[in-house]
Amino acid sequence: MSTNKVKLAVLVDFGSTFTKVIAVDLAGRRLLGTAQAPSTVDSDVTVGLHQALGRLSSQGIDTPSAALMLGCSSAAGGLRMVAVGLVPSLTVEAARRAALGAGAKVIKAFGYKLSRVEITELKNLAPDVILLAGGTDGGDADTILSNARSMAAAGLQAPVVVAGNKSVGPEAVDLLLAAGIDARLTENVLSELDHLNVEPARDLIRQLFIERIVHAKGLDRARELVEDIIMPTPMAVLRATQLLADGPPGATGLGETMVVDVGGATTDVHTVAVGTPTTPGVALKGLPEPRVKRTVEGDLGLRINAQTILEVGRAYGLFKEVPLAPEDLAQAVERRVRHTATTPDSDQEFAIDRALAAVAVAVATDRHCGMLEEVWTAQGKTFVQYGKDLRQLKPVVGTGGIFAYGKGYKAVLESVTHGDPMKLKPVHPQYWIDRRYILYAMGLLAERYPDVAYTILRENLEEI
Amino acid sequence: MVRPMREQISIVTGVLGADVHIIGNSILAYALREAGFNVVTLGIFVSQEDFIHAVQETAARAILVSSLYGHGEIDCRGFRDKCREAGLHDILMYCGGNLMVGRQDWVLVERTFLDMGFDRAYPPGTMPDQVIRDLRADLRI
Repeated sequence: MSTNKVKLAVLVDFGSTFTKVIAVDLAGRRLLGTAQAPSTVDSDVTVGLHQALGRLSSQGIDTPSAALMLGCSSAAGGLRMVAVGLVPSLTVEAARRAALGAGAKVIKAFGYKLSRVEITELKNLAPDVILLAGGTDGGDADTILSNARSMAAAGLQAPVVVAGNKSVGPEAVDLLLAAGIDARLTENVLSELDHLNVEPARDLIRQLFIERIVHAKGLDRARELVEDIIMPTPMAVLRATQLLADGPPGATGLGETMVVDVGGATTDVHTVAVGTPTTPGVALKGLPEPRVKRTVEGDLGLRINAQTILEVGRAYGLFKEVPLAPEDLAQAVERRVRHTATTPDSDQEFAIDRALAAVAVAVATDRHCGMLEEVWTAQGKTFVQYGKDLRQLKPVVGTGGIFAYGKGYKAVLESVTHGDPMKLKPVHPQYWIDRRYILYAMGLLAERYPDVAYTILRENLEEI
Repeated sequence: MVRPMREQISIVTGVLGADVHIIGNSILAYALREAGFNVVTLGIFVSQEDFIHAVQETAARAILVSSLYGHGEIDCRGFRDKCREAGLHDILMYCGGNLMVGRQDWVLVERTFLDMGFDRAYPPGTMPDQVIRDLRADLRI
């Protein structure tokens, strides 16, 4: 391939298993090639990177001439966070949503004043970042201060983002700083009960990721080649979802969009949609929903959590198409859990993976989408809505290995509509797949060249 | 004339239970804001737990429950005990509206709600001014 007049950009994902690279021609607004090599985060991250870049070079792409090289990472456990707040359904949930929006893996969430046992647990969890919330602005001050004091006394190592009651936020930060903890202040994630404000906390988490976590995980050696590792991989996927929905500046995107990322350990669902009621007379309850929302189902993965999928899936009746006796299916699932690197090599194995993925998609979207509850009042039947109403949403994009190597992926994505009619899931979606696994890369590229990233996404995502 | 408060006091309002009558509650919230209170409005279909959680996060000093559809007695049962369990020992609790179906004797209705642990109960037709005066007296502001 001639690279004359090509302005090359290379986007890198340092994954826990593979280091993936994607080459793009910025001038021609096109995808040049993709490659991957086993990740070498445990030893020297640059080894795997060089190998992956070498594979791009063998496709005729002059990688040393790249004008831009940006990276994201989910290696070394990803960005592991703990969320701390006051009431579980209010500031704890708001903090969780902020962390998820920053591409983190929320390993635990705590509410109310932390007990000694919880502080020990928090210390043992050794998260990369702690998000400390609690109290609306001018509201409860005791809990966040008590928790800051307990964390300071415990001598935690992790940096703390303080995003609670503004009246005492600076005091909480001072308590932590005095104990030698890297504490940083930002706006309250729930400044008022009806005002979710996750963006400032999300941006600060990302800043910490760039400044500290990349170094802590040994990824900074890659900076010899990569200009910067600018975000966790799930955040890059969320950015790509936003770009698809909104379009680049000055253009119109696809409108409300959903991306379902089916992985070996988790299934992530991303939506960019307001999600307010589409039926008149429906009362909206619960914490306000972020327009740009990510949920992670840590119990739904095609390998590590295949067993849970099997159990949940039986209840959903989604294993009918699998031409296997229940015992054989159970064995096939067990094999996947034991050998997580298993790739399907026969029609039957593909069918099993498809069925597992269909369950993961059905259940993960069930949990992500809102629901209606029937309420009888003196005036008759009425409905209350919790979460987002996504019934009108059209583009649903599938990403993850199953869509890249799998066959019959439409059936997998179609399970988005499966489930209880009281769930507010897309009713007549259009299906797209990310066959070349470029979403994360375009999320990264969107930081500098949103128009190029959008063009490449539109040309490379396949409508099925 | 609005009397300024030294610090803005938060009050939580909402319509308890499977009740959709929001208008009186909205008027009350408006009047409370005009009087200088920070009003946290929870809207309709509010559960006892929703009120309690809102008070915990906002450090509100009072809960004002509206109930118009006549089932207030059932909906309010155990509310004060739940507040105590949640550590809200000093929270002021008022309720008002059409609290009991068909009950004409207001003295009896009021007694029922005071016995349930409410600090004050108001019959239909109560003006917001009276509630504001009572709040100021009870909160000593």
